[in-house]
Amino acid sequence: MSVKECKAESIISLRNVSKFFQGKTVIDDVNLDIYCGETFVIMGCSGSGKSTLLRLMTGAIRPDKGSVALKGRDIAKISSEELDEVRKTFGMTFQYSALLDSLNVEENIALPLREHTQLAEEIIKIIIKMKLSLVGLRGYEEYYPSQISGGMRKRVGLARAIALDPEIVFYDEPTSGLDPVVGGVIDKLIKDLSVKLMITSVVVTHDMHSVFEIADRISMIHKGKVVEVGTPEDIRNSKNEYIRQFINGSPSGPIDFFREDIGMEDVLDL
Amino acid sequence: MVSEIGIVIIEYLKWFKGVIFLFIDIFYWIVFGPFKGKFSRRQSIFQQMVFVGLRSIIIVVFVDIFTGIVLAMQTAYQLQKMGAVLYVASLVAISLCRELSPVLTALVVAGRAGSAISAELGTMKVTEQIEALETMAINPTRFLVVPRFLALLLMLPALTILGNLAGILGGYLVGTGSLHINPDLYMQTTFKYLELKDIYTGLIKSFAFGMIIALIGCYEGLNTRGGAEGVGKATTRSVVISFILIILVDCIITAIFYFSKI
Repeated sequence: MSVKECKAESIISLRNVSKFFQGKTVIDDVNLDIYCGETFVIMGCSGSGKSTLLRLMTGAIRPDKGSVALKGRDIAKISSEELDEVRKTFGMTFQYSALLDSLNVEENIALPLREHTQLAEEIIKIIIKMKLSLVGLRGYEEYYPSQISGGMRKRVGLARAIALDPEIVFYDEPTSGLDPVVGGVIDKLIKDLSVKLMITSVVVTHDMHSVFEIADRISMIHKGKVVEVGTPEDIRNSKNEYIRQFINGSPSGPIDFFREDIGMEDVLDL
Repeated sequence: MVSEIGIVIIEYLKWFKGVIFLFIDIFYWIVFGPFKGKFSRRQSIFQQMVFVGLRSIIIVVFVDIFTGIVLAMQTAYQLQKMGAVLYVASLVAISLCRELSPVLTALVVAGRAGSAISAELGTMKVTEQIEALETMAINPTRFLVVPRFLALLLMLPALTILGNLAGILGGYLVGTGSLHINPDLYMQTTFKYLELKDIYTGLIKSFAFGMIIALIGCYEGLNTRGGAEGVGKATTRSVVISFILIILVDCIITAIFYFSKI
């Protein structure tokens, strides 16, 4: 299946999705379609609801209204066992990489393989070597997460996310907290993986450099609403004031941090 | 005022509900997990058993020996007045096996292993490791809680037996050393009055305490919120709640045994 053929179908579709926390609307009637094989970036300020949107797509939280469909299955309505089945078809990387501290690099990557497959130990070892060379970390099998740098942890997290050869990978702030060079390495990895392995990537970030580097399409979220969806070119030339302010990073504009209640997510620690 | 009391009561009920749900979840994975081919890995159960059991031996033996010594001296002080010093032996053995050794061992383990469990799971929670497990379709109860639960369930009674022996040894040291009771006579008196039921009532208690420590430690850990401070709070809560529940359940079980004449 070539990438072009694959692009016609929407692999993730959100319809009229709303989410409320303690009476406040965090996600407000969002409609989104993410197509097979593309790299889709969700950008927005802290507290705009973009991480909540990602968690809705992974089934970590369920929408209060609307439907979230992954490959045509509404994950808001299925049982937790069925959800686990769906979860085996996607991978996720976390903002702070979320590797298990008690396991070393090799065991961390082996975890989904040992839990969900009946593969022999030798084959698992080979897969781990493959995944580690994809992220450029061969030879680090025996290290524990506390012994390697933040950038390396993120790459191990990426190797773990693709251990089961997923169709979709969700990235939560893949470049935040990294220096520009390592950030660039991660960007390149995301691009490489989506081309080489034909993975659909959904990236949540506010790193503007990274956004234009990797995105096939971009959506801007503000106060739980989709402001605009378009190609990097569309976004760059957009007349929308929110987007102009966000791209330029100017403190004054329609996004006013001093008047609005920022960080519903910060308050709720999501 | 009334609404404040109501809020507090609702909070407690929510907490209680959460703990019961976790218990049911653990039970489900222990009983039905193996049939689905999904059980906790043996390796992680053994790891937890080593941490909970083996590494607690020294501290448990220490605490129980000194308790035995103190108990022997305190009872000798009273029994000397009646000229019945010999009965120090049976008194120490019975009160240790029925009551002191299970409770003290549980308190020591709650302070040592229970707090460590909450701190570890709490840190995993606030650093998204628990969420990562869920996203990988790995159930945290099965993967993290069940090994700890089983380890405590098996190791706490074992430690209690060890504590019984250590306490009797403590009493023996005082009885033969300071009270000049013939060593053979001391041991004979100990086992003449110590019945099997004294030991197993103590072990039943320690099973219950093991469940409490694991359940509270895991629940508080998994429900940690808000960074390093949250982990600290969860750890404190787990130790305090475990202590209170251990004493409470001890009282209830003792009452049941007492009124049913066991």
